[in-house]
Amino acid sequence: MRNIPISALIGLVFTGVYFLMAIFAPLIAPYGLAEIVGDVWEPSSSVHLLGTDSIGRDLLTRMIYGGRTTIFIATAATMLSFTTGAVLGFLAATVGGWVDQALSRFVDLMMAIPSLIFALVVLSVMPVTIPVLILVMGLLDSTRVFRLARAVAVDITVMDYVEAAQLRGEGRIWIIFREILPNALSPLVAEMGLRFIFMVLFVSTLSFLGLGVQPPAADWGGIVKENKDGIVYGIAAALWPAFAIATLAISVNLVADWVLNRTTSLKGGRGG
Amino acid sequence: MADTLLQINGLKIEATVFPPGEPPQDITIVDGVSLSLEKGRVLGLIGESGAGKSTIGLSAMAYGRGGVRITGGEVLVNGRDILPLGTRGLRALRGAEVTYVAQSAAAAFNPAKKLLEQVIEATLVHGRASKREAEERAIALFAKLGLPEPETFGNRYPHQVSGGQLQRAMTALALCPQPDLVIFDEPTTALDVTTQIDVLAAIKEAIRDTGVAALYITHDLAVVAQVSDDIMVLQSGRTVEYGSTDQIINHPQEEYTRALVSVRSIEHKEKLPTDAPVLRVKNITARYSGTQFDVLKGISVDLSPGQTLAVVGESGSGKSTLARVITGLLPPRDGTIEFAGRTLASDQKNRPREDLRELQMIYQMADVAMNPRQTVGTIIGRPLEFYFGLRGAEKRRRIIELLDEIEMGEAFIDRYPAELSGGQKQRVCIARALAAKPKLIICDEVTSALDPLVADGILKLLLNLQKVEDVAYLFITHDLATVRAIADSIAVMYRGEVVRYGPKSEVLAPPFDDYTDLLLSSVPEMQLGWLEKVIATRKMESAGN
Repeated sequence: MRNIPISALIGLVFTGVYFLMAIFAPLIAPYGLAEIVGDVWEPSSSVHLLGTDSIGRDLLTRMIYGGRTTIFIATAATMLSFTTGAVLGFLAATVGGWVDQALSRFVDLMMAIPSLIFALVVLSVMPVTIPVLILVMGLLDSTRVFRLARAVAVDITVMDYVEAAQLRGEGRIWIIFREILPNALSPLVAEMGLRFIFMVLFVSTLSFLGLGVQPPAADWGGIVKENKDGIVYGIAAALWPAFAIATLAISVNLVADWVLNRTTSLKGGRGG
Repeated sequence: MADTLLQINGLKIEATVFPPGEPPQDITIVDGVSLSLEKGRVLGLIGESGAGKSTIGLSAMAYGRGGVRITGGEVLVNGRDILPLGTRGLRALRGAEVTYVAQSAAAAFNPAKKLLEQVIEATLVHGRASKREAEERAIALFAKLGLPEPETFGNRYPHQVSGGQLQRAMTALALCPQPDLVIFDEPTTALDVTTQIDVLAAIKEAIRDTGVAALYITHDLAVVAQVSDDIMVLQSGRTVEYGSTDQIINHPQEEYTRALVSVRSIEHKEKLPTDAPVLRVKNITARYSGTQFDVLKGISVDLSPGQTLAVVGESGSGKSTLARVITGLLPPRDGTIEFAGRTLASDQKNRPREDLRELQMIYQMADVAMNPRQTVGTIIGRPLEFYFGLRGAEKRRRIIELLDEIEMGEAFIDRYPAELSGGQKQRVCIARALAAKPKLIICDEVTSALDPLVADGILKLLLNLQKVEDVAYLFITHDLATVRAIADSIAVMYRGEVVRYGPKSEVLAPPFDDYTDLLLSSVPEMQLGWLEKVIATRKMESAGN
């Protein structure tokens, strides 16, 4: 743990800052979330560090609360997609036969439909609340995790130590959680970093299209939507959330890369 | 000494290792090794795994595998130091003046290209012959190496020929550019004994007829004694002893060499079978699903409590399949298995826990038989917890007892498999099997992947444990020296059938059937001139031919 490369360190610091801001949003934010404190699109000043938005709310406050919503939804959806995807993937790999066929073909079917369009269709008939958003995003994304988990687990189930556990008479739960999971963890953790970022982009896209987080609650995609008209007049308000999404994506990926490097090879990894 | 072809002086080779969780370290793999090789002679490099023998062999091509660096000494080929040569100079050297025969021919050939194309490729790239000449040369080599239909053999793809033939094709590949020096890196280690002997004879003849010099790398002293003129014994990257083959085999000077020469000297007194066998295999016939071919045909054998039944045969004879049938991983098509007086369910999933506990298994590759993310304590402790419900201090006490029994001790309890040597890993697997207090342990080639001295230790341990725990072994192996060392009775298998079965003294005594004779005579012996003698007196060709 002592030899963290500089790129991973940068990633860790930025990711940490974003998460801390999300957790302590009410303490950090200078104003209230929906409080109108100034004119429309004021430039940045000592009172409003990032200026104000399309109806005169403090942009920094909106950004902090927006980050909280975005990161919370993305985290919860990632957790959901990993739990469902990994458990079903491991199950398909260990049981095999028609269970594997049924699950795999169903996942193929789901993946044949572009997930954004699928989500838009579902959300247009369901009430758009945060739990529904998380559920839809998490389940749609779990198809990708299922594929990865199944592929990794299929390689592990043919190892002699899994056969030894089977011969000992171990149940399926033990084999999945004690024999397969610890050995499948490193590719899954690395994938989790990437999936989290896709979730951030997904929820931002949905909000931008108006089917994600509903006003007056803020989220980064929503802030872009509210302020996009300002770009025409040279107002940078819509670019701040874009900037935040980009930096979060890069820093989480730096960390994920490092985890991948460290854990794929027991001989110390590539490159150093 | 005018014709010295390869001269290595004070070779030093280092590598950087990356132990998990620690900063990288430089280690010395080879230290101060010197040797010289004249035209037309063969030098055998022998040592256990990790002795640096392959690394020295590759240094004759100025090549370091995976981060290995040559940091000192000089390597002279034809009087020219090759270490300072640049990429271009080395490219001209490799595959032309010096060629290489790898251990696993199956992994070394491109499966998508015909053999002839690959055999002549290096010769053409280096412009050492025209295409027509190279093809003629390859065909002549095929004939010399005893390959079937040399004219058309090259038109086959790698998967269409047997392992022994592929190894010979690779020898042809190495000899085709008419090099000065060929490096043979364990060319027969992956082959069956009966196939090994043909390949060995072919290689020896080809070396003699073409007059090349060769470095022959192996861990098997009996094999190297057949082909080489001189032998260098290596241990941990240093020369232990260097002399003529005759001197090393017949008058070894060093302690370590003597140990290598006298390995497999275990004395085991045969026990007579009793009336109530612990395992009775009756008329088993089995095939894998989706195939139309019986891998086992009417197998019947008995095993008495506390004794060892050795199942011997080449790869493909069905001996591992027999283990899968007994453990219930492959339900048989016909026949029954009686274990401790009761009939076993044919499918492992339907067997009660007590049956599973009393029948344990040890695998060939200890590395993959243990979960790399579990500690030794967890690995050995799980059967204790699972079968006997032991927990906490009681479980720990029993784990330590077992660790002592396998001569390792308490210090290993928190180690991970990656931190153990090959022999220690196999010992942990033995402890895991013993933890269940079984009546029968199936040992599937448990010593095949180990160095001779380490394998010897494992066999002695197994014999001692048998005395203490009164456990029976079904010992699957292709190695007759192992069988002689530990078996009470023997079943010889050939193409899915038991061709000879009985107490050890009877099976290993003449008159032999043809196959047992072939198998017994193919085990390399530690004496000069053995190869020629055997080839001259054999009755039957190996199945791999």
